[in-house]
This record gives sequence, C-alpha cells and structure tokens, in this order.
Amino acid sequence: MKARIKFQKYGSMKFIGHLDVMRYFQKAFRRANFDNEYSKGFSPHQIMSFAAPLGVGLTSDAEYLDVSLLSSDEPSTMVEQLNAVLTEGFHIVEFHPLLEPEFNTKVVTAMSLVASADYLVSLKDGYQVSDSIRTQEDFKKAFQSFFDKQEIVIGKKTKKSEKEVDIKPMVTLFAFDEKEYREKLKATLLYPESPGGAAAKKPQSVADVYENGIKLYLQIDTGSSANLKPELVMEAFYEEQAASVGADLEPSFEKFAWQVHRLETYTRDPETGKLANLNQVPR
Amino acid sequence: MRKLALSDEILLTVEKPARYIGGEVNMQVKDPAKMDIRFCMCFPDVYEIGMSHLGIQILYDIINRREDTYCERVYSPWVDLDKLMRERNIPLFALESQDPVREFDFLGITLQYEMCYTNILQVLELSQIPIYAKDRTEADPIVIGGGPCSYNPEPIADFFDFFYIGEGETAYDQLLDTYKECKKAGKSRKEYLEMVAQVEGMYVPAFYDVVYKEDGTIESYTPNNPHAPEKVMKQVEMNLSEAFYPTRPIVPFIKAIQDRVVLEIQRGCIRGCRFCQAGMIYRPTRERELEYLKKCAYEMLQSTGHEEISLSSLSSSDYSKLQELVYFLIDEFGSKGVNISLPSLRIDAFALDVMSKVQDIRKSSLTFAPEAGTQRLRDVINKGLTEEMILGGAMKAFQSGWNQVKLYFMLGLPTETDEDIEGIAILSDRIAREYYTIPKEERNGKVSVNPSTSFFVPKPFTPFQWCKMETGEGFIRKAHFLREKMNGQLNRKSIKYRWHEAKLTELEGVLARGDRKVSKVIYDAYKAGCLYDSWSEFFYYDRWVKAFEENGLSIEFYNCRERSEDEVFPWDFIDTGVTKEFLLREYKRAKGERVTPNCRQACVNCGVKHFGGGVCYEKDIEEPKEADTDEGKN
Repeated sequence: MKARIKFQKYGSMKFIGHLDVMRYFQKAFRRANFDNEYSKGFSPHQIMSFAAPLGVGLTSDAEYLDVSLLSSDEPSTMVEQLNAVLTEGFHIVEFHPLLEPEFNTKVVTAMSLVASADYLVSLKDGYQVSDSIRTQEDFKKAFQSFFDKQEIVIGKKTKKSEKEVDIKPMVTLFAFDEKEYREKLKATLLYPESPGGAAAKKPQSVADVYENGIKLYLQIDTGSSANLKPELVMEAFYEEQAASVGADLEPSFEKFAWQVHRLETYTRDPETGKLANLNQVPR
Repeated sequence: MRKLALSDEILLTVEKPARYIGGEVNMQVKDPAKMDIRFCMCFPDVYEIGMSHLGIQILYDIINRREDTYCERVYSPWVDLDKLMRERNIPLFALESQDPVREFDFLGITLQYEMCYTNILQVLELSQIPIYAKDRTEADPIVIGGGPCSYNPEPIADFFDFFYIGEGETAYDQLLDTYKECKKAGKSRKEYLEMVAQVEGMYVPAFYDVVYKEDGTIESYTPNNPHAPEKVMKQVEMNLSEAFYPTRPIVPFIKAIQDRVVLEIQRGCIRGCRFCQAGMIYRPTRERELEYLKKCAYEMLQSTGHEEISLSSLSSSDYSKLQELVYFLIDEFGSKGVNISLPSLRIDAFALDVMSKVQDIRKSSLTFAPEAGTQRLRDVINKGLTEEMILGGAMKAFQSGWNQVKLYFMLGLPTETDEDIEGIAILSDRIAREYYTIPKEERNGKVSVNPSTSFFVPKPFTPFQWCKMETGEGFIRKAHFLREKMNGQLNRKSIKYRWHEAKLTELEGVLARGDRKVSKVIYDAYKAGCLYDSWSEFFYYDRWVKAFEENGLSIEFYNCRERSEDEVFPWDFIDTGVTKEFLLREYKRAKGERVTPNCRQACVNCGVKHFGGGVCYEKDIEEPKEADTDEGKN
C-alpha cells in the first residue's frame, strides 16, 4: 500500500538539505518499526518519493512524502509512532493512505501532482527592506504598485540559456496579513470549507514570527509544468524598486533578509482549475 | 526551540551547515543551568570524521550518565567557517547548548592521529582559550588529551593541562568527582591538577622537567611536583563484557564517514605485528561476550535506524565466536535490509560464504594486507600471512566469482631491500596469474589487482621504536622504483598501483616520536597557516620545514637516526604494561628474521599478564619458554 505523509519542517532543520531529509526519514521509519517496502537487489532501499523538495533555508507547514508499506496501522497510530522517533524540527501532521491506482492507469507520483504552493515571506528582525520602506504599510504600498504593472518580466536561467519570462500570471494570490490571505485563499480552493482536512486537526503553523511585522503571503505556480520561487518574486520587486527610485539608493535583494516559509502544497483539479491539498486527493 | 550560535547568514553561506547546528537523533538534552560540571568533548577534525569515531561516543555516554554533568561535543570548524569566526570574533561553541566552549569546566580532546595537531590549536584559539597551558587562568576550562597519540604526548604537552593515558571507561568518574569537590572547596586549578596527578593513568606535563643532552636526546625526565609519580601506568578496562557500551549513538543529519552502527567486538590484537602500535598498546586482547554483543546490535539498530552494522576490531577473524555472531546478524537483520560489513577479515571459506551473502560480488573487492612483498620481510615485521595463504584465498574467491583484489603494503620497513620492494610487484602479478589459470569460460571477465603502499612510520611502544625512518626523498625513490617494477610485470595491465603522500609521512614521523621541543614547531606552523594537514589540499610542507629551521630543530634528528638501546625516549615515563625489554627482544628477533607466535599459540611474556585477564588467561596457552625469551637461541 501507499501512503502520503504530511510533515512540518522548522527551526534549525531548515539547514538540512533535501537529500539529508530523505536519509533522515529512511532511518526514522526504521526506528518507528514501519513495515516499509524495499527495492530488490543487493542494496535494497525504501521506496519513497517527495512531492516538492524544499530548498535549504526554507521552513514548511506542508511537506509531502509518499511511502510504500507492506502493512500499516490506523493513521493516527502511524502518526504517533513516527512522531515519537523524530527530533525537534520535524513533525508529522497526517498519515493519508492512498488508493491503489485505477485499473490500467499508471501510478501518479506526488511530484507530478504538484501545481501550486502558498508561501509566507517574512522580513527577519535586524534587517530592513530599504531606507524608504520601514513599515508593513510602506511595504504593502510598494508591493501593490509593483504588482499593478502590466507584466513582470524577469530573466530566468535554465540549464541551457537565460530567457525572459513574465511571472505575473504565475502569482495567483498575494496578501499582507493572515485574515486577508485566508479570505482570498477560499476562492482558489476546491474544498474551501475544510482546509487541510477537519478543522480540529489543523496544526499550528511552525513559521517563525518576527517583531517587525513586514511580511507577504504568496500563492505561486509550483511543480513540473510551471515553477516559480518566492525568492524570484522578491528579487523582481527589488529590481523594480531600484529602477524607480535609483539603483544607488535602494539595496538589492538580500537573500538572508527574508525567511521563506511554505504554507501548503497543492494539486490542481483538471475540471475546475481549483486547488486541493495533496492530502485531499485519493491517490 | 533551540537557539543557534551562528546567524542564518553565516549558516547559509558556509558549506554543510549541519556540521554546526547539533540537534541530531540521540543527542543528549540537559539543562545546563542545573549542572555542576560542563564537559566539552572534542574531535579535532571536521564533523563528518569526528562523528564517526566510536571512542567519543563511548565517553559521551559514560559522562552523560552522570546527573551532575552535561557532556557536549565540538569539532573543528571547516576552513570557511574558521575564517568567518576569526573575522567576526565569534567564540567556538558546543553543538548541544550552542554555548561558548570557554565557559565549560573541561575541554577533552581526543588524539587519534598526529596530523590533527594543528587543529587542536585551532580549536583552542577559536574557543578563545589560551593555547599554552601555562597561560590559562582559573576561568579557563581544564584541557585534557586522550586517545592513541597520548602514548607520546610530548610534542603537544605544552598545550594540555593533563593527559589521560589509556582507556576512557575507567577513571572519568573519579576525575569528575574530584573536580566537584575541588570546586566546592574553592581549590585552585593547580591544586586540582595535583590531585589528578595522583590518579593512575593521569599525566600532568607541567609537573615534569626534561633535561636534554648536548646531542638533543633526553638526559633525564623527572617529576618537579611531589604529587606526580615517576611512571604513569595506562588505564585499562578489564571487564569489557560488562563495560558500558553506547546503545544510543548519535545519528548525524549529513553523511558521516561511518554512516552505520559500529559494534566493537574485542579490544587488542593477539598477532603482535611489529610495526603496529595498536597491537601493543591495547594489550591484552579482551573479547566481549557474544550474548552482550547480540543485545547491543539489536538496541543500536533500533535506536539509530541505521541500515548497516559494522564489526570493529583490529582483527575480526581472531574473535573466537565470530561465525556465531555473523550468522546471527545475517539471520536476524539481513531480511530487514540491514547490510553487514566486516572489515579486517581473513579470507577463508567462512569469510567467502559470509561475503557472498552480504555483498554484491560483482561490485565488492577482496582485501589482503601482506604489508611486505617477500616472506623474508614479512618475517621481519611478524606478519603471519604467507604467499600461499594469499594466493589460496584469492583463488577460492576467484572461483566464487570475485575479480577485484586490493592489496596493502608498506614501503620503508626496517631491513627492506630493492628485492623486497620488487616482491610487491611480483606478488601482485602472481595473483593476476592465478586468476588466469581459470578457464576463460569459467571466469568473470578481467581481473583487477590494486596494490597500494603507505610509508612506514616507526611508532612509540612498538619493537620498531628504535628504528631509523626513511626520508621523504627515499620514499619517493622507492615508490618510483616499485612503479617501474609493476610496469615490468606480465599482467601490468591488470595492476593499478597507488602510493601515499611521502612528505606528510615524514612529518607524521616527527610528531609520532618527537619530544617537547617540537611543541614550538607545531605552534609556529599553525601560526603560519597550517591547519587540516592531513587534507592534501591544505598541507603546506614548506611552512613546516621553515618552522623546524626557525626553532633550530631538524626532521632528520627525529626520523633518520637509529636510536641506541639505552636512549631515554620522550614516552618512557608511560607504562603500557608491555615492557621495554620485550619490545627490544622483539626488535632483535626482527633483525634476525625470526617470527614470534601469537598470544593464543604461546605466551611470549610481553608483560601485560599482570592486568589479570583477557587472552593471557585463556586455557591451553603455553607458558613462556626459554626459547622465546632467550636472545641467543632460536
């Protein structure tokens, strides 16, 4: 059987890269006595796949990992067993059993499902956006006018060349506080009434909170067909600031100044075009 | 949530930030505010190497069993972070609490190889602890050294408050209890060290004076403090079966060198190879109980989630219940995807059976360590491996499907001639020839024979401690000579020969048998930028040579000199149990090309019997005979 595990990654674990997270979970499953399925051959390994690998430096409320198991217990027991062997910075939110693939169809990987993700981008304390942007109000105004442009073209590097891309259509939502974000979010969701399953089960966000209060909620295309990183949106914002105010007055994008936190990872419903959490689909 | 000592900016700039954040599986968590004693354990090399070391894990667990003490860890920051810490004046911190090391009561540094000595100074300096012990105040941690290199601590004696000579299981409780009492009674650092000096196995360098002769050798070595003994007896844990074993080792986030459970099955070695320091200082050989090991294996795999278990010992094949243990591990864990690795295994029918079960034959290679190319020289070093055994073992393996062979040799062994060196090429070729005697349709493609040579370094407390060592140029000449001979072999295309760095070996020789005068050289080399010397990309030979010259010392004095029988060695104040008389006897037998039986065949009266256990008291071992001890007869 297959199951999709949803977990949070936070605190100092943001410094652990994707491959090491994979090794971490392999060992965690063994400690939790999970009945993992192994590949055949002389160096058998657990069959597992991640939905959308998280970059180093980012934290998350919604990482998804698919595993193949030979047997399993009640989902709540599985969550408890696994949480009991994890260290600070990893927390299992849900164990979501998946249905077998339909007759005559291929197995869908979690990775191929991913279409979009929500992010919270916060300014870390001890940094400032720029000399003219000191408060969340300043930031809100500046970002709003940046986004009001017809198009937002950035140079995007691929393996072969650098090409110009308009990223504006890839940003499907932005907001400046949680209430606004929750409101706007509803319109994009396939199941707006039960975000992340039953409301009672929804865990507290593990995103770091900063005193300066400068932050931005984003929903952007993520995955194999179209992929945008929150850092690129911020970089484009800084470039625009520099162009309008004068390059020598405004600081360029500082990647250490902003903490990027993933709030949710979605798949897109082909019929309605609406988004569903990866643990809201049956397979 | 845990606070980190380094900022996001630094951690996201340096390579592998996981080296510095702690928080790993099985890390000990305690409240520092509630502790009487804070101990920081250090392995002076990069995290991935240090984390792989079993000894530290054992000590970490032993010390943390105490409720009044928090033992934490620190490793050498990599060069990228080293630079940032100096620029920004960030003090080195322990991984667990992320608190500065200088606030601790103790800093314990393990000394596993000589080439990490500059890293010790790095750890001290970055911790903002005075490098020289004499400059430390009551506010600084007590700096302790331990591990194999503490069997000649003299080259680094000036940097340590005291050394713990021997096995760590025995005396830490006493040292920490004493410390607690001293702290309560308001006693000084010096008063504490005076009490330490009275504990067996402890060596406080400041309490000893060395007087040198005109030729640079030692005239005398005398205690200058009434509490310091003349001889320091090594600590040895005689009851390994009940000795504590860390069943919850720490599991790093990043891949360490040993990404597996390590199970120490025995300590010491019965073989008595004359070049091997471990084979002498860990005497007597002591085995752990089979049932105890089974239990440890189970618990460690469960607590770590590792997918591999490795048996650790100097010579696994000599563990008396090896077959039972290995088959247990295969039966119990093999089906659960646990890989079993068995280093230092003699190639015989059992080994081949086990290897075929746990490894992919097509990908794995056989390893032999003949160490020398001719039987004559193997007799000199007392390596009981014959050509017949090697060829026989290789042939059996070839017939079972193997086609890769690794061979380890040393160049520069005492009495070595060109013929011995050429013997390495001939033996390599013979193994390949053996392979091609198998009919073409029955063999598995081409054979690949991979001989490699390291350069011999005479070590303290071995029968070769009196020996002259080869020079750097001499080593290179020998390696080139051997390469030429390899190229002259029939099967040269199947042989791939590699050799080690010669200049590094030269330096290792000095640090291994050096005296206190070398301390200043290490200090100057470090100040000139030497760090991570064992990493070839950071090894600056010229800076070391300059440091020797500026201090009026010569590498030749330490390496290229046959020492006389009555010379006082810098390490003579240590008593390992193995007597100097025995070592000298062995040296003479080596020169006479005479082999000495191993501990299970006959007792040759090396001196460790008084420890009261281990292989010395197994049944059916012959008592020392006159023939074995008398110089005149064979």
